[in-house]
Amino acid sequence: MTREWRRVCALTDIPRRGARVVRSRAHGDIALFRTLDDEVFALADRCPHRGGPLSQGIVFGRSVACPLHGWTIGLADGCAAAPDEGCTRRFAVRVEDGAVLLAEG
Amino acid sequence: MRRLKLVLVGNGMAGVRVLEELLRLAPDLYDIAVFGAEPHPNYNRILLTPVLAGEMAFSDIVLNDLAWYARNGIRLHLGKKVVRLDRARRLAIAEDGTAERYDRLVLATGSSPVILPVPGANLAGVLTYRDIADTEAMIAAARRGARAVVIGGGLLGLEAANGLAARCMDVTVVHLMPWLMERQLDRTAAQMLQRALERRGIRFLLETKTAQIVAGESGRACAVRFADGGSAAADLVVMAVGIRPNTALAEAAGLRVERGIVVNDTMQTYDPRIYAVGECVAHRGATYGLVAPLFDMAKVCANHLAQLGIARYEGSVVSTKLKVSGIDLFSAGELAGGAQAEEIVLHDPAGGIYKKLVIRDERIVGAVLYGDTVDGAWYLQLLKDRQPIGEIRDHLMFGRSHLGDAGHKGESRAAALPDTAEVCGCNGVAKGAIVRAIKEKGLFTLEDVRRHTKASSSCGSCTGLVEQILASAVGGAYQPADAKTRPLCGCTDLTHEEVRKAIREHKLLSIPAAMKFLEWRTPDGCATCRPALNYYLIAAWPHEAEDDPQSRFVNERMHANIQKDGTYSVVPRMWGGITSAAQLRRIADVVEKYRIPTVKVTGGQRIDLLGVKKEDLPRVWADLGMPSGHAYGKALRTVKTCVGSEWCRFGVQDSTATGIALEKSLYGMWAPHKVKLAVSGCPRNCAESGIKDVGVIGVDSGWEIYVGGNGGIKTEVAQFLCKVATREEVLEYAAAFLQLYREEARYLDRTVHFVKRVGMDYVRKRVVEDERSRKELCARLRFALAGYADPWAERAQGAERERFEAIPA
Repeated sequence: MTREWRRVCALTDIPRRGARVVRSRAHGDIALFRTLDDEVFALADRCPHRGGPLSQGIVFGRSVACPLHGWTIGLADGCAAAPDEGCTRRFAVRVEDGAVLLAEG
Repeated sequence: MRRLKLVLVGNGMAGVRVLEELLRLAPDLYDIAVFGAEPHPNYNRILLTPVLAGEMAFSDIVLNDLAWYARNGIRLHLGKKVVRLDRARRLAIAEDGTAERYDRLVLATGSSPVILPVPGANLAGVLTYRDIADTEAMIAAARRGARAVVIGGGLLGLEAANGLAARCMDVTVVHLMPWLMERQLDRTAAQMLQRALERRGIRFLLETKTAQIVAGESGRACAVRFADGGSAAADLVVMAVGIRPNTALAEAAGLRVERGIVVNDTMQTYDPRIYAVGECVAHRGATYGLVAPLFDMAKVCANHLAQLGIARYEGSVVSTKLKVSGIDLFSAGELAGGAQAEEIVLHDPAGGIYKKLVIRDERIVGAVLYGDTVDGAWYLQLLKDRQPIGEIRDHLMFGRSHLGDAGHKGESRAAALPDTAEVCGCNGVAKGAIVRAIKEKGLFTLEDVRRHTKASSSCGSCTGLVEQILASAVGGAYQPADAKTRPLCGCTDLTHEEVRKAIREHKLLSIPAAMKFLEWRTPDGCATCRPALNYYLIAAWPHEAEDDPQSRFVNERMHANIQKDGTYSVVPRMWGGITSAAQLRRIADVVEKYRIPTVKVTGGQRIDLLGVKKEDLPRVWADLGMPSGHAYGKALRTVKTCVGSEWCRFGVQDSTATGIALEKSLYGMWAPHKVKLAVSGCPRNCAESGIKDVGVIGVDSGWEIYVGGNGGIKTEVAQFLCKVATREEVLEYAAAFLQLYREEARYLDRTVHFVKRVGMDYVRKRVVEDERSRKELCARLRFALAGYADPWAERAQGAERERFEAIPA
């Protein structure tokens, strides 16, 4: 099965050390994160703890702090940093010629 | 890249703590090998006493199991004692010939019990009390009704005596000095302790010198003979007369050794490749036999091993807590304070309570508590922070009352709580869960407990209770964090004050510039330091420093309060709590147009619109046409007022007009934390000025100003600052106080914490007595606030639109 990549926005549409939300019909809100080094990650915009919108958290390194209760979620694996436990769904994302491509499959 | 080789000699608490800290800072820097003379993984030596008394098993006290070493790729040589260091070839060599090469070596060889040089000291049946092997030997020797003599009435001796008595032995303690634990206790406390132990059947022979241990027919020890000619029969003799740092290995290797292995403030020995930590070292002439200082040393040592090179160990203030169940005893600092010292004593012999504080220059320098030790951690904190106690002297002796102020039924005695009692009301954590986590995960600090249990990690009102639980679970190993040297976060070792000073003195104007200059360990900080740095920058360099929205908490970035479902709440500003028909009509229209589900009147006399969708925010603000209420910020929140002399038949001042003027003069003020004010028009104080950061009360002849009040987590009554005659003065004094707070408080400290830390005398001096200081503070705040643009108006007109809008599918 081949992935279906879809251009969602330009890299520069996402603030550095910040996030934007993509409204997906199939998967609800997906948060696109951009790190200091312009790496981009995509996670379901729901903290595994109480469903907080991760897109609104403070992004540092390859992590985001959930705005509701401060859980730290790894951007690469979608999982909470120890000793907290739980993961949120990841989506495949890449950057090509300054465009952010997302695969929701 | 070839990894550096690190060898740790000594697999005890101090050495392994170095590795833990190091792995946190620089997980991949070293290839690590550990030698341990004992055949066990690292265990919690301070819990040997409960093991001896039969309250815990060895497996309960293991701190790092073998899997931990494996997981971290550490080669562990158990049961191998290092007997030689070859410094030229950089080898650590064990008894059996096992050798490890090192680039860096850490000596954590600990200490050994002192054996009295008396005849018979090496007989069978004579034990010491130091490690799990000793403990197991004592347990094996303990028989119901058999006689034990413990030589040494210090901490260790008494714990051993109590453990043996708990195993139904007939125990006598022999002590050379006139009272027990003479280094930690005064005579009164020691006598109370002695009586309590006597009630458990333990006998004491004080001022008694051991001359000989006598062998019986079997060749085992059978009695102890004393210098005064007396003797005591003994089936078991335990020597607990002190410890001596294990320095032989270092000495043979040619390292400088005094009472211990000599180290400098970076924990280096005279060979810069070799570090030493724990009971084996002598630092500034002092040796330590308690676990808390070892952890401090380990932290510094790890910092240097990680090549960060900034931490310094400057000695420790130690406290002692006797780990004998049922007896509460705490001791810290100096007990003979010298000529300038005073003592405050509370003694209730019938109630079994004795407390003594030794005070010099308005500061606590020593404390002994017997029978009621719940405030030990608090006194130790005051002692370590060298906090002036003049203002709290009256009630100092009665402790920090009402530790859990809100949501804990006023409970302030953690020890008395059952395991099912809810300690943290925010996160629903019961006492039993906290105790279990402390024991099972080997937690020692408040931070650890917060991370693992979430207790005290939200509002913090139960912090005092959690500290008590921690102190009672780990005893003397619990060290309250030293507020003066506590780093801002894990990304740096610098304190808040050091960071602020650098920002001021070197004119750092952005977060990247500050992190670069201050050598932050992480490329872009963390969720703790970034908001703090952002505030410190804009507070130090208003109009010049870059205000980074990505480093602000969501509410301040969005200019609205995030709710549990991800929607926001909007609180428009109503100056002084005054509104109008036109405003209310617009609010009603907005509520209907955007289908806002909840409308609520707030405690600060505003109207809160809850459940606003993120994408609606800019239009809601546009339609409201009212300025931001900053209900979302570490900023000026509200000035609450009563109606005052304009309407009220009792009012003597126009509190509403003054409140509005005050609120307008402070509009747009960011601060270390939220700031709430109130103005009342007469001493009936209907605006509740007594629990505000700045509270103003009108009296016939002018206005009284109070500061540092708080109505939230812990109710704190504001303290009187001064009385002024005019409204202009109210504005000036309030501005000066708040600017002092803005400039000198730590991020997230409320005014009450700031005032408690620096003292009212200092605040009065800077704001009231020194006119020039007041005018300058006031001028600096007015400069910072000049030209502040309403954030809602800007966004209503399209600023930062992308923040509010999702990318369509």
